Amino acid sequence: MIEKENWIGLANYVNLFKDPRFLNSIRVTLQYVVLSVPLKLAFALFIAFLLTRPSKAVSFYRSLYYLPSLIGGSVAVALVWKELFARKGLINSILGDLGIHAINWFGNMSTAKWPIILMTVWQFGSSMLIFAAGLKEIPTSYYEAAKIDGANGWQSFWKITMPCLSPIILFNLIMQLISSFMVFTQAFVITQGGPNDATMYYALYVYKQGIQTRNMGYASAMSWVMLVIMSVVTAIVFKTSNHWVFKESEG
Amino acid sequence: MKVRKSITTILYHVFIAALGFIMVYPVLWMISGSLKDNSEILSGSLNLIPPNWRWDNFSRGWAGFGKITFTTYFKNSLIITTIATLGTVISSSLIAYALSRIPFRGRKFWFTLMIGTMLLPGQVVMIPQYLIYNRIGWVGTPLPLIVPHFFGAPFFIYMMMQFMAGIPRELDEAAIIDGCSKYSVFSKVIFPLLKPSLISTIIIQFYWKWDDYMGPMLYLGKPASYTVSIAVKLFADATSKTDYGAMFAMSTLSMIPVFLIFLIFNRYLVDGISTSGLKG
Repeated sequence: MIEKENWIGLANYVNLFKDPRFLNSIRVTLQYVVLSVPLKLAFALFIAFLLTRPSKAVSFYRSLYYLPSLIGGSVAVALVWKELFARKGLINSILGDLGIHAINWFGNMSTAKWPIILMTVWQFGSSMLIFAAGLKEIPTSYYEAAKIDGANGWQSFWKITMPCLSPIILFNLIMQLISSFMVFTQAFVITQGGPNDATMYYALYVYKQGIQTRNMGYASAMSWVMLVIMSVVTAIVFKTSNHWVFKESEG
Repeated sequence: MKVRKSITTILYHVFIAALGFIMVYPVLWMISGSLKDNSEILSGSLNLIPPNWRWDNFSRGWAGFGKITFTTYFKNSLIITTIATLGTVISSSLIAYALSRIPFRGRKFWFTLMIGTMLLPGQVVMIPQYLIYNRIGWVGTPLPLIVPHFFGAPFFIYMMMQFMAGIPRELDEAAIIDGCSKYSVFSKVIFPLLKPSLISTIIIQFYWKWDDYMGPMLYLGKPASYTVSIAVKLFADATSKTDYGAMFAMSTLSMIPVFLIFLIFNRYLVDGISTSGLKG
């Protein structure tokens, strides 16, 4: 059972910043966020853009691409993922056919993060749907006018699509930032934080300290620090958004 | 010109379909894995058609662990998910109605507070919540997984408020003139008109709850009260050799309710997510 709490002042916070495992968990979590979020959003935007074509098959394709997001949070998919990247798993056998040496994905500190990042990117479906809805809102007359002025596809993408879509990019960015800071189930099922803490993400470490080791005060302090880190990151994104989010009035 | 256009169209469809196939491949591989034997699964073969169909994976998997079969796990999951989803729909729609239609003191304050909790991820409050549930003796029971849903879910409240903004106030006023109270305006006017939003809520809440792993893992103590997501994970935790065929068989079954709901309500779901996202 949990012991009665004693008032210990700021000791938990002082200890936190002396704890190398805690500092490591911040580092690997930031690394995960920085690698997975942009990849996921780029992919979501790319597919959403491809699916703007007027075609009867588009809604079928959209469901197809949404499917991973629908089931991706489940334990079942995480277990499948673990087998795909196993030593003699499917991914290694494909790499073998391409003449690349088999990789011990989960045995290596530098490679263990990639299956988890790929799994996150794979679930780009809901960001894609939101992008798709945003793309539909851009008036076609903008593109027609640009075409008359001699703009090619690439130019109209950067000068029309991206600015018009920037508020939605901001929304998706914030949503994905918040959720990827909290990565838990995939890492818990697939790597258990290993090897050697290479995927010991923040939420996983909170769980380990709080529920498994019964260090409740320490884990609560970690939760607070997490909230501060997330607020700071979100605030920074909002601040910079003044420079890249397009507002109608400033046209 | 016309030929070139149709070639691009064909290339487009080939590309999108091929990429889509790669996307769903892991799911197809899991389904086919549920009918393969262990050695075939572990050989890393790309093959989606099992060489010999092992239907016994399903019966072996369904047998479960220590005399508790998947009948129990599915029943537990269904009960928790259904009650929690109902709770979310009822409480969130009531709260959304109050916050968007009924003037009362401190409305703005409560609204801001609710939006604030929306930005607070579950993992941050995991430890304090656990301590509170522990203090009131709910740890080891399914209550922490069900009861909070009867107090509204900010994400859905906000989504419904966005939807209610589109329902003309004249309808409320007309109903009041006809003698409706605040309560019957809700039950007779607002609630029926809210249908598309309610459907999105049901679907999203259902599959969040069905797939939830952390909650059941934290709070469910007895193996007889485990949900499907916990039980599927037990295959991988087994101290002896993992029975991959059985694990994939039960993983496949565990996804059926979500697939069914997705197939039936696909159109509503896509619309619901896109609009709630945009207005957020």
